[in-house]
Amino acid sequence: MSRHTADVVIVGGGLIGVWTAFFLARRKQRVVLIEKGVVGAQSSGTNFGNLRLQGRFPGQYPLSLRSQALWEEIEALIGEDCEFAQTGHLYLAYDDEERAKLEGYAQVSESHGLTIERLGPSDLRKRWPWLSEQAVAATFSARDATANPRLVTPAVARAARALGVTIIENACVTDVERSSGGFSVKTADGAHWSSSALVNAAGAWAVAIAERFGETAPIIPAGPPQFVTEPFPYLVEPSIQSVDGSVIFRQIPRGNIILAGYPRTAADPVNHRAPVPPAKTLAAMRALARVAPILAQCHVIRVWSGIEGYLPDMIPVIGPSLTMPGLFHAFGFCGHGFQIGPGVGLCLSEMIVEGATSTPLEPFSIGRFRESVAVSEKFRKEFDGA
Amino acid sequence: MAEIVVVGAGPAGINATERLCAHGHRVVLVDEGRQAGGQGYRRPSPGLDLDMAALMGTEAGKYEALHARFARLLPLIDYRPQTLVWAVEDNMLHVVQAGVASTLRFDVLVLATGAMDKVAPFPGWTLPGVFTLGGAQVALKDQGCLIGRRVAFLGSSPLLALAAAQYRKLGCEIVAIADTTPFASKLAALPALAQSPRTLWRGLSYLAGAMLAGVPVLHGVTPVEVVGDGHVEALILRDRRGRERHFSCDAIALGYGLKPETQLAELAGATLRFDEAFRLWLPQCDADGRAAPGLYLAGDGAAIGGADAAEASGGLVAMAVLADLGESVDERARLELRRRLARLRGFQKGLAKAFTWPVAQIRALPDEVMLCRCEEVRIGEVRQAMAQQLGPVEINRVKAMTRCGMGRCQGRVCGPALQEIVAGAAGVAGEQAGRLRAQAPVKPIALCVAGEAP
Repeated sequence: MSRHTADVVIVGGGLIGVWTAFFLARRKQRVVLIEKGVVGAQSSGTNFGNLRLQGRFPGQYPLSLRSQALWEEIEALIGEDCEFAQTGHLYLAYDDEERAKLEGYAQVSESHGLTIERLGPSDLRKRWPWLSEQAVAATFSARDATANPRLVTPAVARAARALGVTIIENACVTDVERSSGGFSVKTADGAHWSSSALVNAAGAWAVAIAERFGETAPIIPAGPPQFVTEPFPYLVEPSIQSVDGSVIFRQIPRGNIILAGYPRTAADPVNHRAPVPPAKTLAAMRALARVAPILAQCHVIRVWSGIEGYLPDMIPVIGPSLTMPGLFHAFGFCGHGFQIGPGVGLCLSEMIVEGATSTPLEPFSIGRFRESVAVSEKFRKEFDGA
Repeated sequence: MAEIVVVGAGPAGINATERLCAHGHRVVLVDEGRQAGGQGYRRPSPGLDLDMAALMGTEAGKYEALHARFARLLPLIDYRPQTLVWAVEDNMLHVVQAGVASTLRFDVLVLATGAMDKVAPFPGWTLPGVFTLGGAQVALKDQGCLIGRRVAFLGSSPLLALAAAQYRKLGCEIVAIADTTPFASKLAALPALAQSPRTLWRGLSYLAGAMLAGVPVLHGVTPVEVVGDGHVEALILRDRRGRERHFSCDAIALGYGLKPETQLAELAGATLRFDEAFRLWLPQCDADGRAAPGLYLAGDGAAIGGADAAEASGGLVAMAVLADLGESVDERARLELRRRLARLRGFQKGLAKAFTWPVAQIRALPDEVMLCRCEEVRIGEVRQAMAQQLGPVEINRVKAMTRCGMGRCQGRVCGPALQEIVAGAAGVAGEQAGRLRAQAPVKPIALCVAGEAP
């Protein structure tokens, strides 16, 4: 049995884990990141790749904006191209109720200093003449962006490794416990790590670690079904989303159109499978053809999904454990962790090394699950039990 | 009455359907093609006056018999041509027919999905004028067209000589039949090939015919390059002595044998295992074609065996279905079919040794060779992605990082070569590279097939 020590052990090699490792290493910490599979294989690598600032949970804006600033300099930060592109994001409303929802989102965004453009049907026709004419209103945020989720996590992991982080792939954590002055983490291959701080970034598998220290959260594993078409002449510049969530789509420079849509689909965290039911593929195809009839003849060539952790109030757990000093949680990102990933990593590194972060993270405390939590309307809409 | 659906109307699917009908079952026969017959027994387009008897040669009798049987079967079955099965989920097939998506429920699923060409890339293989060997035969049988006037046949397959013979009959000049497997390997495989003397003799007679006609027949070649300005103008090879040979031609038919179409079987719950002889992931079934409860595989889609084996395995699968439904079957006939099928598939194992997948040649290909045509990924990009820190070593991760195998064909074309490139770069045996997982849709489907949003 090999024994090692570190300042911080991070469990989980998704986007959250690798960014946390990166910022801790920049703060001169000795960091070990343990991943049961390979880095970025689950929701971090299989999501839509959207860096949307509009329409987020209001309490998340300080974190979200801090994170976007990191995304905007990602290549300088990590020294690799992750296909980051500031394409903007267009939200579409199809009736008065949706128009009101968009207006609400826009006002929240503006209160945090974002520039939101409001568009009517005639503006839409001028700028995107190929959109169906059914939309009654839209908002556009030019600062919203996209990146390639397949590339980001391994690239950040490489940057972290270059800063001295030890990254261990294909190592399953078998035991986590308190030890004198901190934590002791064992992996299936018999390795044994001692550290003064522990970051629980284990995604859909994180609750098992929280429960070792007397805390829990009602996490639900689910998959975000994603679809991609054959390449098509370049047409769609921004990310475009129906505000009811039925479809979101973007076109990559190669010409393929990536699309996704609710409802989300069941995932199996035991066998690591998140199959996409064919009915959902058809529903996403219908939804895209409704928004962009010009794409009706475009073929879907591939579908995929991954395993994400969801919580009933549709906001993640981020911050210190309330039962165990030195333990920090960051999991349950409910399908919107990609945009805030870098910011979460930065805030966690500040908490661990400096003892506090200036970004308000109280709404994300694990403590909220001590009482029964209100189920968000968003949660009801995004799951259909299938 | 059990709902029985058979997918694929080649010799395996037709024979299975016929037997099940004879026992009073109602069968839905779904087929992607416009006309029944599959690939080998493909009928020409209606109105096309092709002398199929001449084209089919020794197999003309079987060809006519199969189509006559199908004509008699037609009134008894629910036949759905030009129907793509794009997904399987639980007891439901998802199909697209006449541009509309719908579902088809089944209790028993017989997959007779056939096979496609196995191709190995090499410099210039993406130039217009390079066809798969199967594609060259489809152009001929379906449309009465030749892929060129002066055609080179390259790869490693007994079908090279067969297709060349068919092309020669229609007046095409055959500039070369070039096989990457050395002649010594063919001699070594003779004992296995002697299991099916008739087929062996047919193969040898095609080759002899080509040689008598003065066609250069080469063994143990290394493909060097296809050259041409926007279209094939010549094929350059290194012969077994290492001399560079230049064959002027306007088209190339490229084939390294066949590869089962296993995607639906995988989606329906079959287990796949890496087969060292074929160097492919093949679905596992028992001797009668049972792959999972209610799932039966027949024909080249289960294991490459050729038309006769497909027909035998279709019969066996039908008997397995009947037995599993509690009906009695003729045990003597079943044993005879099992023996016949084992012999024919054993012959194919011999062929896999006589006509090998050129592992070393593929692994040695230069970086600039295009590996994935759909996504335009070169071999070097795969090697580079794998060589970097925390680079992928498993084939699905390689796909995720490089987009190789992610395009329109979903790795059906580049998959076998990608398997070797990944295994070579990772320094592992082929099997350890992992398997490109099948995903629905198994073939592209247009948005409009889904219909209108509510």
